[in-house]
Amino acid sequence: MVIASNISTKEIWEILEQVTDPEVPVLTITDLGIVRDVKLNGDEVEVIITPTYTGCPAMDMIAMNIKLALIENGYTKIKITSVLAPAWTTDWMTEDGKRKLKEYGIAAPHSTKWSDDPSYHFVECPQCNSTNTRLISEFGSTACKALYQCNDCKEPFDYFKCH
Amino acid sequence: MISQMNSSLIDFTLHLADTNLILAQRNAEWCGHGPILEQDIAITNISLDLIGQSRNFYQYAATLIGNDATEDSLAYLRTEREFKNCLLVEQPNGDWAQTILRQFFFSAYQFLLYEKLQHSTDEQIAAIAAKALKEVTYQQRWSSEWVVRLGDGTEESHERMLKAIDELWRYTGEMFLPADYEIAAGYDVSLLQADWMKKVTAVFEEATLPVPEKVFMQTGGKTGTHTEHLGFILTDLQYLQRTYPGAEW
Repeated sequence: MVIASNISTKEIWEILEQVTDPEVPVLTITDLGIVRDVKLNGDEVEVIITPTYTGCPAMDMIAMNIKLALIENGYTKIKITSVLAPAWTTDWMTEDGKRKLKEYGIAAPHSTKWSDDPSYHFVECPQCNSTNTRLISEFGSTACKALYQCNDCKEPFDYFKCH
Repeated sequence: MISQMNSSLIDFTLHLADTNLILAQRNAEWCGHGPILEQDIAITNISLDLIGQSRNFYQYAATLIGNDATEDSLAYLRTEREFKNCLLVEQPNGDWAQTILRQFFFSAYQFLLYEKLQHSTDEQIAAIAAKALKEVTYQQRWSSEWVVRLGDGTEESHERMLKAIDELWRYTGEMFLPADYEIAAGYDVSLLQADWMKKVTAVFEEATLPVPEKVFMQTGGKTGTHTEHLGFILTDLQYLQRTYPGAEW
C-alpha cells in the first residue's frame, strides 16, 4: 500500500517509462509522447493520455497496461483520462525513441509537417541508410506506418509516418 | 430535458458518427478481398480510422443524450430510420473503381468539413475534427491517386471509372444539402460545395475523366430515408447485439 503523502509524480513517470507500445514494443509510451500529464488527486493517480490515431486499436491495451504497471508498483486508485486536444503529433516523439525505432528497422518520422513537396518522400532506409527508397503503400502494417522499399539494398521496411 | 439547440447538436453528432460508421463497415467488407495485399491493408486501415472517428462522435452524442445511452447502444440498437448517414456511404462496394470513387468523393468532402469543424465553438467537435483531419489528409491523397491511376490507366480501368461515376454521382449532392439540424446547429455544409467541385474537377482532369452534367440528386439519408442497402448493412453490423443482447468479449 502506497501512502498518499509518499507519492510523487516523478515516480509515476518512471513507471510509465517502462510501459511499451504493444504494436511497436521497442518504444515506450513516453517515447511516443502518448502520456500528456500525470496528476495526483489526493491518493488517486490520474494519467492523461492521448491517442496516436483516432482508431488505433492499441489504445485500450495501452490504458490497461498503464493500470497494470501502476498496480504492480502498489498504486490502487488509478484513473486514465483520454484527451484529444491538442492532437497527437510525431513531433512529440523523443530523439531516443527515433533512434530505437531505426535500430528496430523502422524509419523514424520526419520532423516536418505533411507536405506536397516531393522531398517529403525521401525516407532513409533503416538498414543501409540509402535515401534511394520508394513508397509502396501509404498504409502499412498499422495505422501509424507506411510501407517503403529500399532501391539499393532492396529491403522493404516500415516508415513511421509523420503525423 | 433536451433543449432545441441540444437536440440539433445531438442529431448533427449522430449524423457524423453514422456516416463514419457505415463507410467503415463498407470498407471493412474488403478485408481479405483487396486486389493486392497492400491495398487490402490500406482500405481496412481507412476503415479503422473511420471507426475511431465514429466512436468519438458516438461517445460525445451519448454524453449529450445522457440517460443510459452509450456508444454501443447508439451504434448497435438504433433502427434504419434513425440512422442519419449520407446515402453515398451506404452504396455497395461494387468493384475496386466504385469503392475508390466513393472514398474519394467522401474524403474530399470530409477534408473540407473537418477543416471547418476544427474551428467549431463546440470544443469536443473541434477536437475530434482536428485530430481526424490528419487522417483524412492521407485518405484524400490515397483515394485521389487511385482515381488518377484508374481513370488514366487502361481502357478497362477507365471504363470502370466511368461506370462508377454514373453509379455514384447522384449521391454526392446530398452531402452539401444541409438538413434542418445542421442549419440549427450552425453548420451550413452548402458552403463546402464550391471547393469540393474544384477538388473533384482537378483530380478528374488529371484522371482524364469527365465531370458529369447536373443531374437529379438523391437525398434523404441525413433524415433517415435510406436506399435499400442500409438495412442489409445494419443486419450484419447489429446481428450480434440484437441476437445476444449485452454480449461482450
